[in-house]
Amino acid sequence: MGNVLNQIGIENYIFLSVILFCIGVFGVLYRRNAIIVFMSIEIMLNAVNLLFVAFSTYHQDAQGQIFVFFSMAVAAAEVAVGLAIVVSIFRNLGSIDIDNLKNLKG
Amino acid sequence: MHTVTLIFILLAAVSVATAFMTIFSKNPIHSAIYLVICFFSIGGHYLLLNSQFLAIVHIIVYAGAIMILFLFTVMLMNLNKEDEVHKPRLQRWAAVLFFFLLCAVMILIFIQSKPIVGPYDDLGNDYQSIKVLGQVLLDQNDGFMLPFEFASVLLLVAMIGAVLLSKKEKS
Amino acid sequence: MDTNLALLLLLAPFAGFLINVFFGKKLGHTVSGYLGTAAVVVSFVVTLVFFLNINQTGKAVEIKLFDWLSINNFKIEFGFLLDQLSLLWLMFVTGIGSLIHLYSISYMHDDENMHKFFAYLNLFVFFMISLVMGSNLLVMFIGWEGVGLCSYLLIGFWYKNQDYNDAAKKAFIMNRIGDLGLLIGVFIISSLFSTLNFTELHELIAGGTQSGNTVWLAAAALALFIGACGKSAQIPLYTWLPDAMAGPTPVSALIHAATMVTAGIFMVTRLHFLFDLAPSVQDIIAVVGAFTALLAATIGLVQNDIKKVLAYSTVSQLGLMFLALGMGAYEVAVFHVITHAFFKACLFLGSGSVIHALHGEQDMRKMGGLRKAMPITFITMLISSLAISGIFPLAGFWSKDEILMVSFHGNKALWVIGSVASIMTAFYMFRLMYLTFFNDFRGTDQQKHHLHESPGLITFPLIVLGTLAAVGGLISLPGNSWLNHYLAPLFSEKAHEAHHLGSTEYILMGIATVGALVGIGIAYAKYIKQKQLPESDENITGFSKVLYNKYYVDEAYEWLLVKPINALSRFFRDYTETAVSGFVFGFSKAANEISYQGKKLQNGNVGFYLFAFVLGVCAIISYVFLAK
Repeated sequence: MGNVLNQIGIENYIFLSVILFCIGVFGVLYRRNAIIVFMSIEIMLNAVNLLFVAFSTYHQDAQGQIFVFFSMAVAAAEVAVGLAIVVSIFRNLGSIDIDNLKNLKG
Repeated sequence: MHTVTLIFILLAAVSVATAFMTIFSKNPIHSAIYLVICFFSIGGHYLLLNSQFLAIVHIIVYAGAIMILFLFTVMLMNLNKEDEVHKPRLQRWAAVLFFFLLCAVMILIFIQSKPIVGPYDDLGNDYQSIKVLGQVLLDQNDGFMLPFEFASVLLLVAMIGAVLLSKKEKS
Repeated sequence: MDTNLALLLLLAPFAGFLINVFFGKKLGHTVSGYLGTAAVVVSFVVTLVFFLNINQTGKAVEIKLFDWLSINNFKIEFGFLLDQLSLLWLMFVTGIGSLIHLYSISYMHDDENMHKFFAYLNLFVFFMISLVMGSNLLVMFIGWEGVGLCSYLLIGFWYKNQDYNDAAKKAFIMNRIGDLGLLIGVFIISSLFSTLNFTELHELIAGGTQSGNTVWLAAAALALFIGACGKSAQIPLYTWLPDAMAGPTPVSALIHAATMVTAGIFMVTRLHFLFDLAPSVQDIIAVVGAFTALLAATIGLVQNDIKKVLAYSTVSQLGLMFLALGMGAYEVAVFHVITHAFFKACLFLGSGSVIHALHGEQDMRKMGGLRKAMPITFITMLISSLAISGIFPLAGFWSKDEILMVSFHGNKALWVIGSVASIMTAFYMFRLMYLTFFNDFRGTDQQKHHLHESPGLITFPLIVLGTLAAVGGLISLPGNSWLNHYLAPLFSEKAHEAHHLGSTEYILMGIATVGALVGIGIAYAKYIKQKQLPESDENITGFSKVLYNKYYVDEAYEWLLVKPINALSRFFRDYTETAVSGFVFGFSKAANEISYQGKKLQNGNVGFYLFAFVLGVCAIISYVFLAK
């Protein structure tokens, strides 16, 4: 089959990616729960990955997908470490409400 | 309308809807489930764009590993029954505003730029099957061999870090 | 060779100052005293060498050390001018200075800060030499300021007494007011002639090419005269000199009788070519001098402190010198400077001897009958008193008569004023002598038992100065004046004929002598025949009270000048300073306020930081991509 973009058009992918990214940002700003915030960050990363793959098809180049590869690896590592941090915060403070983390005040 | 377009619209709707539900649902477990569905839909997008390897890897890594991690953590903290206090009303409305602001800015950038959208060329040759992908990834000279190795080091470090951080203190 | 000798002359006292400042305490009283004296004696010997040389050759020695300031065609060099006038001054400055140093070794022996005293005295001699030896107005000004400084240091030597400190400040500040006038004069001269060197100025001014500039020349002369008023205590800047008696007596003798106060006359004589071209200023000088002489003499009539009488006498005699200067008779003024130095220094040192014997008593009402206990002091002071009263053939007779003769030929009214001042001088000087040395002793019994003549180091200078007061007149006898002959090269453009001793002159001499004898006679009648005593302070009434309180001039100055200036500075402190410091501190307060408000951004809330994050990202990408 030909370039699927002939049917869909690259600008739709751009809009979709932008909206997903903004939803991710919205989630980060809206919720207090650290886990949900994390999930929103994952949404953001996914939006970006989607855009990369779309442009890889647009340019007919594999390098976009390679970058997605590495992005996923980094996302995995980040989630592991981040969740470990959330667990220690939970152990110290008893809750994972991010509005309780105020020691940087001043 | 073309089937491809239809599939695209469907997948896009699922992605956006589940993303919203992730944020708005009260129960963290529900959020996690919605997120898994979102990831699956993104994987569907990848398949639509003919990158099969990436779709499978995406599902394995995200839905298979990362979400499991999330679910374990949520269950560890026993959060599924908690009632979360909302952020102050002002901050929530500010979040909505920023959402629209960011959307507007990014779309404006796109609209204002002059995307060279000509006819989408179709090289015909295979540029993204696993074979080619492997060659590009592991090519020493003009491939990505070095970042590949660094990525493995990164994963090792992340493993060690995660173990160290979540160790219980000996007291 | 000349340069080295001149530097030795100048720097010997300075070396004495340095040694006494740094090592004086360790050296002990006697050594530091003799060291200081030796430094001045060295200068005196070198001066003698130069003096003999110039007597032979008649040529001035000009030494240039280095270029000090050089802007376009305006050059000031640092150098010395050793001509007849400066050598004459140096002779009596270093000579009398050596004698007074010798005197101080004994006088200040019991003072714990004796080394400091000698250090200051040496520093003073150093600056005075620099004043006299300078080849241009600026080097002279260094010395001018320096002697003012040393005067302040020495008047306030016994610094633990606040009144003495106030007197020192008063002297220094009044000097400074005069110095402002001097500086204005220097500025005018430098802008008119582009040089400050005396020889160059002499050529330029006396060359007669400045006829178009008479207004500016007169202004410069007047400004310079104001400087001289400050230094030589003429009206209106004379009130510091009586208060300066707070310093130790050697200081009064050296600085306020013989050397520093003559600096004004020195300057006017140095720049005589300028003053000759400004006859209006010369008239002002003569009038001011005459009135000062009269005013100070009247105040001296009723003073009871022995040093204050001598102080007012000094002001009065300086007035007579300025009277001579105003008449254009510069050699006469110089003559009187020299004779006055002799007898006034002798009088001051003698009074110091008396004060020392009475352990610090200075009120003449508590003295009396000292001539048997202190013969040498009595005789030398008697000779000096006769000299100052103008009795033939002592030194003062010749110099004072010259002044009166010159003023008679110039302005008869001023001659009358000068003569009246001289009669009063005779009166109060002998009042001093009778109250101090005659009749019975009026002090305490304990003082009476300890009365004795002062030791040799004190009486030796008295004897030397007394002798000089007696025979000093020989240097300028009418008709055969060594002094006029000596100073002739300086006044070469003036056709100066020797005083012709005609009948007018003899009559004037006679009138002056009769006047002096009348003054002495009235004092004799009052204090010996009738044995009158001056009243104690509470009982003085009437015009005597006005005189005793110095015509209330100090109080007038206080009201007219001091209080307004204090009010002005209070105004500045209260309003201007608060405004300026408020403005300056306002900046820091504003910064503080801004940062205090800015601190609220750092509330520690991570959620808030994320908002800022997103806002920042929007801003950056919109600036980069959209603002084109």
